[in-house]
Amino acid sequence: MNLRPDPTFYPSPKDAINAPVEKLAFTLMLSPDGTKPDGLAVVDVDPESSTYSQIVHELYVDNLGDEFHHFGWNACSSALSPLTGHAFFERRYLIIPGIRSSRIYIIDVKEPLKAKVHKVIEPEELFAKTGYSRPHTIHCGPEGIYVSTLGGGGEDGTDGPPGIFIMDCETFEILGRYEMDRGIQDKHYDFWWNLPRDYMVSSEWGLPPQFENGVVPEDLLSNKYGHTIHFWDLRGRKVTKSIDLGENHQMALEIRPAHDPVKEYGFCGVVVDTTNLQGAIFTWWRDENGEWQAKKTITIDPVPADADDLPDLLKGFGAVPPLVTDIDLSLDDKYLYVACWGLGEMHQYDVSDPMNPVLAGKVEIGGIVAKTKHPNGEDFGYGPQMVEISRDGKRVYWTNSLYSTWDDQFYPGERGAAMVMAHVGENGGLTLDKDFWTKFPEGYRSHQIRLEGGDCSTDSFCYPSV
Amino acid sequence: MELTGAAGLWLAVVLSGLYHGLNPGMGWPLAVSSALFERRRSALWPALGALSLGHFAAMLGILLPFSMMAILIDYQREIRIGAGLIVIGMGLYLVITRRHPRFLARIPPHKLTLWSFLVALAHGAALMLVPIYLGLCAIEELDAGHRAASALMATTALALGVAVLHTAAMIGSGGALAYAVHRWFGLQFLKKGWFDLETVWAVSLIGVGVLGLWTAL
Repeated sequence: MNLRPDPTFYPSPKDAINAPVEKLAFTLMLSPDGTKPDGLAVVDVDPESSTYSQIVHELYVDNLGDEFHHFGWNACSSALSPLTGHAFFERRYLIIPGIRSSRIYIIDVKEPLKAKVHKVIEPEELFAKTGYSRPHTIHCGPEGIYVSTLGGGGEDGTDGPPGIFIMDCETFEILGRYEMDRGIQDKHYDFWWNLPRDYMVSSEWGLPPQFENGVVPEDLLSNKYGHTIHFWDLRGRKVTKSIDLGENHQMALEIRPAHDPVKEYGFCGVVVDTTNLQGAIFTWWRDENGEWQAKKTITIDPVPADADDLPDLLKGFGAVPPLVTDIDLSLDDKYLYVACWGLGEMHQYDVSDPMNPVLAGKVEIGGIVAKTKHPNGEDFGYGPQMVEISRDGKRVYWTNSLYSTWDDQFYPGERGAAMVMAHVGENGGLTLDKDFWTKFPEGYRSHQIRLEGGDCSTDSFCYPSV
Repeated sequence: MELTGAAGLWLAVVLSGLYHGLNPGMGWPLAVSSALFERRRSALWPALGALSLGHFAAMLGILLPFSMMAILIDYQREIRIGAGLIVIGMGLYLVITRRHPRFLARIPPHKLTLWSFLVALAHGAALMLVPIYLGLCAIEELDAGHRAASALMATTALALGVAVLHTAAMIGSGGALAYAVHRWFGLQFLKKGWFDLETVWAVSLIGVGVLGLWTAL
């Protein structure tokens, strides 16, 4: 019980930038074939430490086949909202959903090296209380913890649309569905918001049959994956506008609003344009008439390749698509990091002018064809995927697995889990740290990373940076 | 000075106002937020005005029904005992449940008056004044020997007076703190100067209720 707000809560992004430097990271480990239990790795990221970049604690759960994917905190800087009047939560629990099992774990990391399971919510309870399945993204918002799901009810998750449900942030009771009027929203992926401006933006991947057993090429080529982003009246719980990015823009995934709540814009990454295999970033914003708009502001070209070097799925195309699978925005809203999982590149764009991003830095590592090695000489399997930025914006961490069955299609064979870190230059630029190389246990892949005390894709701020 | 005398009770009206104003839960951070969003300090004032209007309405909303009961002059004592028990009950409820009403999170951030009104009701801020107010009514009664219609007028005027004075004190202290945070302390104050008043708040309710009971018995 705190008598003051948790010291890791900050009123504005600017305050959080000056937070103490992270010393630990939490990384999800998944067993791709479900033969071992998934786990949470605590990674030492303190360069002064003798175990720098290594896993210092592992926690494995009691079930098989959960497939850990994304996760989040029970409380973040949003607790300082002037509307709540009660800021005294502890950033203490990690909420880890199993995207395949629909089971949700609440992990107590008050003592990170003694992380332990605090509560398990069984899939049956989630189905019964929400009619949703395949829980995914976590954010702390008004009324509690918001969790997005990728599936509706029924065995294959197609009975009714997927959506968001709310969980109590202290008892972790599932409270029920969020939506009152979802409009045309029938698929789901990510969501984020601007709390004081009272809006939320959500995106679409595909329904469970379109991803659980791997990407369905026919669906992709007939543009059946998600390509629409939805703008919500956050507290009114209704869609106010849905913008179709164009059906060729398949899989509109990560939503990254500007952190400073004064700004009413953000970004959305699109995995692949089916007309030309480009990856794309859209900027969305509220115009002077209060209308939501979206425009493509970054395109990344595919790279021609010999069919012999390509997996079966891509042989017919003669090129490697960039596959923009994750994006992340620094807390000062200056740099947008774009993971090109197919190419094997991590791009850094200066988005000071969100309508005209400029490529400021780039790291090449891994990739379907390039297979660029880490500067330490090690092979980096797969490509740069889940990316996380330190609050001060000086270090960028990433792992390499996308989703078990998709990994196997684009990168056949076990390629090994990885987690690396790159330093950001004074005026942009991105350089891999030669000494940062995390060894994962055999048979696991690595997914999302969370940094101790908060990072650039967890905390929602309620006060402007001034 | 006699604590339960008129002067003591009026002082309680003012002190409770100052106390409510300083409590971040009653809304001064919203005024700071408003000024930061609009990038001008003068935006503090309309926000504070909206907050005080909501708080004032909540006070009246709770006090006026009690002033109506002034007609039941023979049951003064029972009413005061009942009110004391309600306030103690509210305090106990807050201490035991430690829950926050979820519906407050559904209020759109720009509806400051509505927010302030509902927050003051939900957290028992308005209720806290009832025993103090009834104490004042009892003293008025002794002084003037009011009856029926004139009694109703007098108690209504008294309710208005209590609400005005309380709200003025509340917005005075909350406004001063909002101004100081915006001008000097900065947002860091939220991290350092925001204490969990929940238990103190609940205990205040119980204390005021007990005082009301004690003076009625």
